[in-house]
Amino acid sequence: MPNGRFCDGAARNDKNKAGGAFMLRLEKLVKTYKTGDMALKAVDLEVPQGQVMALIGPSGAGKSTLIRCINRLVEPTSGNVHLADVELTGLSAGALRRERRRMGMIFQEYALVERLTVMENVLSGRLGYVGFWRSFLRRYPQPDVDEAFRLLDRVGLLAMADKRADELSGGQRQRVGIARALIQNPALLLVDEPTASLDPKTSRQIMRLICELCAERGLAAIINIHDVALAQMFVQRVIGLRFGAVEFDGPPDGLTPDVLTTIYGEEDWEATIEKVEDEDEVAAQ
Amino acid sequence: MSTAHPDTTTELATLLGTKWKKPPLVKKPWLRWVLGLGFIAYLIAAYLTIEVNWSRVYEGLDRGAQFVLAFTSPDFSSRWGDIRDGMLESIIMTVAASVVGIAISIPIGLGAARNIAPLPVYMICRGIVAISRALQEIIVAILLVAIFGFGPLAGFFTLSFATIGFLSKLLAEDIESMDRSQAEAIKASGARWMQWINYGVQPQVMPRLIGLSMYRLDINFRESAILGLVGAGGIGATLNTAFDRYEYDTAAAILIIIILVVMALEYLSGIIRAKVQ
Repeated sequence: MPNGRFCDGAARNDKNKAGGAFMLRLEKLVKTYKTGDMALKAVDLEVPQGQVMALIGPSGAGKSTLIRCINRLVEPTSGNVHLADVELTGLSAGALRRERRRMGMIFQEYALVERLTVMENVLSGRLGYVGFWRSFLRRYPQPDVDEAFRLLDRVGLLAMADKRADELSGGQRQRVGIARALIQNPALLLVDEPTASLDPKTSRQIMRLICELCAERGLAAIINIHDVALAQMFVQRVIGLRFGAVEFDGPPDGLTPDVLTTIYGEEDWEATIEKVEDEDEVAAQ
Repeated sequence: MSTAHPDTTTELATLLGTKWKKPPLVKKPWLRWVLGLGFIAYLIAAYLTIEVNWSRVYEGLDRGAQFVLAFTSPDFSSRWGDIRDGMLESIIMTVAASVVGIAISIPIGLGAARNIAPLPVYMICRGIVAISRALQEIIVAILLVAIFGFGPLAGFFTLSFATIGFLSKLLAEDIESMDRSQAEAIKASGARWMQWINYGVQPQVMPRLIGLSMYRLDINFRESAILGLVGAGGIGATLNTAFDRYEYDTAAAILIIIILVVMALEYLSGIIRAKVQ
């Protein structure tokens, strides 16, 4: 697998099987904050099943708002969000909760509950499926517990199951965050700056892990990311957001200096792009 | 930037060599002086209004000395039966009132946190907290003694009521300053409200809640010694009787026991807080 794009094959297969079915479709999605800031300006977007997509753009472009409007952690002002065949913006609180189970979320700075154990953090991904008393007493159904162990093994943290989350390193925490999102058995992953506070090597490992798992399970993913070069290494499609509007939608190779200038503004982009090409050569050797 | 703008170069040149001072809090110098001098003048005027009757103080020194000397020979034995009954009553009152007060404080504290409660619930819970905090324990105790009669029942209700104001407010403030992203992550999994509280909020505030509860237990015990003075039962009633009879040695014994119990509670709360952090 040269240059790290693990996800292409799986995605194309899925797309062919489903005849171009989309996993997520946004229609004229608008978010205006109380302060009057228009964070999203009528965004239209379709994500096919199994596609891993990067969302790039300057700080304040609306990337975080966009993915939070999908699972309604932020309430969109207008427009529609379709998750497969379900329209999310009109759902009642109970129905929204059930649909949130199909959308796993991975956070910047991990967002693990620090004082809970690794296992409790992973199992918290099942909260949408189990009743209050079971979750309160930490008596999860055996299949959930088995799946939690399997996922911890998959992300290489089985030995850490009973450690408290705040005892782990950054990379380990994000792996727990990934396991927590996956135990929901989601159809879509919403990933918000997964590598923002990680070193370059760990960043790549985390991105690779997310993309591998998406390919294994045929998941679609939207990944907010600042590191353009890192995004280019791993995803099949890039969306460039600027001032709440889509400025670019295409393959990672399409990110030319001109395109980056449109998204981010004037700057010398040659170094960014060269770096990726160098890395591609290294990876190909 | 390698090429500096000509304007910034001259600006820099004028600044070089000048002294730098932190910008003052109050910008206008005359206002700064008026505020400062006004405050000092007020303080002097205020201290001058305090009247001290020095001859009365001289006479009082004797009684004070008696009181202090009583601590060198505390009398635990002659009123031991009264002291024991009073202490038991105080401890029962404290524990019962703390448990009930804390149990009621938790839902009110959740409701009084602006980041998790809807506005109407928030207003009601903040209202309860405000009422509880505005009414001093002694005033509540006098009212409740009038309703329930003399004895520890009035003290129990007083301390429960006071605990609500204290604990709900501080719990709500801790919830308001929690890390939002941890709670958000739990919400994103499709958790119900109660599960969200149990997984996303509770772990974040638990150490503080336990610390505050221990502290409140300690306050309630000390308060129980005061409430006896207005007839709400407990060791305070025994202490009051001892003072009325000028039995300073018995009073000293009671105070020493109170101090020891408070120190024991402090030690215990230290151990518990270290465990849960």
